[in-house]
Amino acid sequence: MTAAQLIVAALAVPLAGAAGIALAGRWPNLRETTTMVAAVALFGCVLGLLPTVLAGGRPQLFLLEMLPGIALGFRVEPLGMLFALVASSLWIVNSVYSIGYMRANNEPHQTRFYVCFALALAATMGIAFSSNLLTLFLFYEMLTLVTWPLVTHHGGDEARKGGRVYLGFLLGTSILFLLPAIVATWAIAGTLEFTPGGILRDAGLSGAAVGGLLALYMFGIGKAALMPFHRWLPAAMVAPTPVSALLHAVAVVKAGVFAVVKVIVYVFGVDTLAGVRAADWLPAVAGFTIIAASIVALRSDNLKRRLAYSTVSQLSYVVLAAALLTPLSVAAAALHIAAHAVGKITLFFAAGAIYTASHKTEVSQLDGIGRRMPWTMGAFAIGSLSMIGLPPAAGFVSKWYMLSGAMTTQQWGAVAVLVAGTLLSAGYLLPIVYRAFFLSPAPSHGRDEEHGEAPLTMVIAVSVSALGTVALFFFPEVLLALSRQLAEVG
Amino acid sequence: MTLAHLPALVVVVPLIAAPLIVLLRRSTAAWAIALAACAFSFAAALLLAAEVLAAGAISYHLGSWPPPWGIEYRVDALSAYVLVLVSGIGMVTALYAWRSIAAELPRDQLYLFYALYCLCLSGLLGMTVTGDAFNLFVFMEIASLSSYVLIALGRHRRALLAAYQYLILGTIGATFYVIGVGLLYLMTGTLNIADIAERLPQAGNPRAVLAALAFITVGVSLKLALFPLHFWLPNAYAHAPSAVTAFLAATATKVAVYVLLRFYFGIFGFRLVTESLPMPEILLALSVVAIVSASLVALWQADLKRLFAYSSVAQIGYITLGIGMASREGLTAAVAHLFNHGITKGALFLLVGGIALRAGSASFDAVRGLGRRMPLTSLGIVIAGLSLIGVPGTAGFTSKWYLVLGAIGAGRWWLAALIVLTSLIALAYVWRFVEAAYLSEPGARTPEAGEAPAAMLAPAWLLVAACVYFGFETSFNIGGAARAAALLLGGVP
Repeated sequence: MTAAQLIVAALAVPLAGAAGIALAGRWPNLRETTTMVAAVALFGCVLGLLPTVLAGGRPQLFLLEMLPGIALGFRVEPLGMLFALVASSLWIVNSVYSIGYMRANNEPHQTRFYVCFALALAATMGIAFSSNLLTLFLFYEMLTLVTWPLVTHHGGDEARKGGRVYLGFLLGTSILFLLPAIVATWAIAGTLEFTPGGILRDAGLSGAAVGGLLALYMFGIGKAALMPFHRWLPAAMVAPTPVSALLHAVAVVKAGVFAVVKVIVYVFGVDTLAGVRAADWLPAVAGFTIIAASIVALRSDNLKRRLAYSTVSQLSYVVLAAALLTPLSVAAAALHIAAHAVGKITLFFAAGAIYTASHKTEVSQLDGIGRRMPWTMGAFAIGSLSMIGLPPAAGFVSKWYMLSGAMTTQQWGAVAVLVAGTLLSAGYLLPIVYRAFFLSPAPSHGRDEEHGEAPLTMVIAVSVSALGTVALFFFPEVLLALSRQLAEVG
Repeated sequence: MTLAHLPALVVVVPLIAAPLIVLLRRSTAAWAIALAACAFSFAAALLLAAEVLAAGAISYHLGSWPPPWGIEYRVDALSAYVLVLVSGIGMVTALYAWRSIAAELPRDQLYLFYALYCLCLSGLLGMTVTGDAFNLFVFMEIASLSSYVLIALGRHRRALLAAYQYLILGTIGATFYVIGVGLLYLMTGTLNIADIAERLPQAGNPRAVLAALAFITVGVSLKLALFPLHFWLPNAYAHAPSAVTAFLAATATKVAVYVLLRFYFGIFGFRLVTESLPMPEILLALSVVAIVSASLVALWQADLKRLFAYSSVAQIGYITLGIGMASREGLTAAVAHLFNHGITKGALFLLVGGIALRAGSASFDAVRGLGRRMPLTSLGIVIAGLSLIGVPGTAGFTSKWYLVLGAIGAGRWWLAALIVLTSLIALAYVWRFVEAAYLSEPGARTPEAGEAPAAMLAPAWLLVAACVYFGFETSFNIGGAARAAALLLGGVP
């Protein structure tokens, strides 16, 4: 298949999968098989594009002219390739996990669940491969809409409230800030195509205008959860855990920080921003988010809430890295997109496994659970290592690059934030591991909590993702190659 | 040979269909004739649009009498665009009306409905295609009178009151219009639009010109439901039969916008309108108030029809906002939104009509839990609702893009902020429906499981599909709007 055909396939496979899942709704095994086939096929298509991109090629596809002068088009570049690889590979793992979770917990509306998942992956591929801001915006909004039914899956008042916050923040920021930013870019630059070096490079914008436009973009990309527009993330925890795993590792949040890096590198251009004082607020806001979110995570007893705020914090690592505007840090941003994805999905898988096996949701309930669920908590420990940034987990690689990038340009504020963030994440994750393995379970009140490991499918999924975290530490070549290509663009 | 007479036939065929239906009296035959007339008009409109695109404006002399003594029908980029919209909606609604009206009117009155429907369509098409100011008034009255009766055919007695209210206000509007035309005639001695435009600059009395502008503005604004002359609209749309609401919501106000555009830019001229009177500022101010207040009021409505009626007032505000920007992007946005809103609101009201048929009303009580019982209807409302908000991938987004572009291009950042903020209000009221339909348990008034009849669902979904199609393939709705805007601003025929 040609590269252009592979791009079409990357979009068509999840869409066709969604249709197939909807049709197969009445036969659960056939339905689940459809999901798995679609996931594997998608990964195959994405993998097929990798050699071309690694060799320096940038496959393109023009679909149609959506507005006069603006195309609905696709162009695969290193960052998009990385994002697509992460998303498609993790969809396979997430699907295995979902099957286990949904069946073990006897969740309702499973067909709708799997259909929306497939559609979300289609939107994610559209975001990853988009060649211009309008295409990105189209799939970005589609992703928000398609994940709303997943967030409100359980129905009822809590789901409704969570869904309102979710939709309100995401659609609110994108319509209020991102849309005017894109229109303004079109008015100023006459094009929306992602261009190495940035399309605003020669636009002759004043420093204040660049700073203001950057603000519109950064706060408009609500999926990157920059404070104060981060509230949708904890609100989305009302969803079933496979959805949280998808939201917090694979699709939604990564789409946000992906868009942030894309805008910084291909719309503004690293040099454009570097020469302007008015962009200095961005590392500051990102740094604040890292610290503030970590503190909230420290104080949260609910496990999913703690992980949600951890995600808010980790996303700002990516934003901070990109905002440091050095080649090393831009590479670090790309690496962290992958590293955080694999690490965080492991943590959420573990949280869901704990809930499924024991119905426990609070950290304070987790004493001694490592004895009953060694595989799950072992994977949790590895995921924690990745979040903190310790070897032999993938998070170490991205953190190393981030620190290098900050130190070589002597941005000591960023270094301080990175160090503080590392300590804080150790503070909110390591105690969980300690409790699980080294403390005795609290005496049960009557109802004996005799439970074992989570169902096999879930254990397999969480082990695979934990292994992936470690594997990326030992075999980071592909990720490093793609990140370096991205850094050269800027 | 007949192709040369298309500009006249597009109006005359529905016009003749009306008395034919009255003579025949039988309801099935009435529907068949009405549908055939609508289909013919639609085909004719498409052919005319293609011809205008290829060869430029068409000038047709009624009865072969040359203008300015004879009546001229003029099809240019703008009128062809509106013709396609009105005739298209006319045809889709006629398809829909077969089952919808049969449930709302006694069988022996159905033929009267179809006769009036054809008259209304003929009137609206005539307003669009004519090049003579008084002929426009004649067709305006044909359309208005038939629409008053169509609204009065609604099931409840309140429909009668709503129709009466619309009649009073609409007649005042038409009267103001004809006074304005009279003033223009006094000053130029002609009724042909192109001729008036030529002679007006040399006309003696500038005060009279301004008075004519004012009268025509107020008259047309009543028809177009521009704030604060919009009070007839919510009642009329809420109480009329569903098919009538859909038809009028998608066409009547749009044709009034067309008349406004034709007079402002075609007769009075851009310079007069923007310099002598602060029309752009007035339009901007009124539009902003319309959008904000009507959107907020829509948010609190308990009935879907009223909600979407107030939403229409707000959306018309977007159109007049585009006109008030008086720039190329603004006018493109206005004309494009005319079309995009037409198909969006048409789809919404057709779908709501399906709910009204199954549940007996369109209140929010009837909508609870509708997602499971009428899944296709609910999904259609969601998609059309997304077009109303302006989510990319829908027609509504394309015109919103140009509105924001026009605002930013003119440096009016506050206006751009307002446009996007009010889109969020639209999001809020669309989401009220989504939460009621999908996140609530069915209530006592929710209809039993079962979709609206296919004869109603299919035309509605045709428009829903159009909302999505024109969000991607914009060569007609945006391209045509851009051409119309260029025509209006450049004065090139």
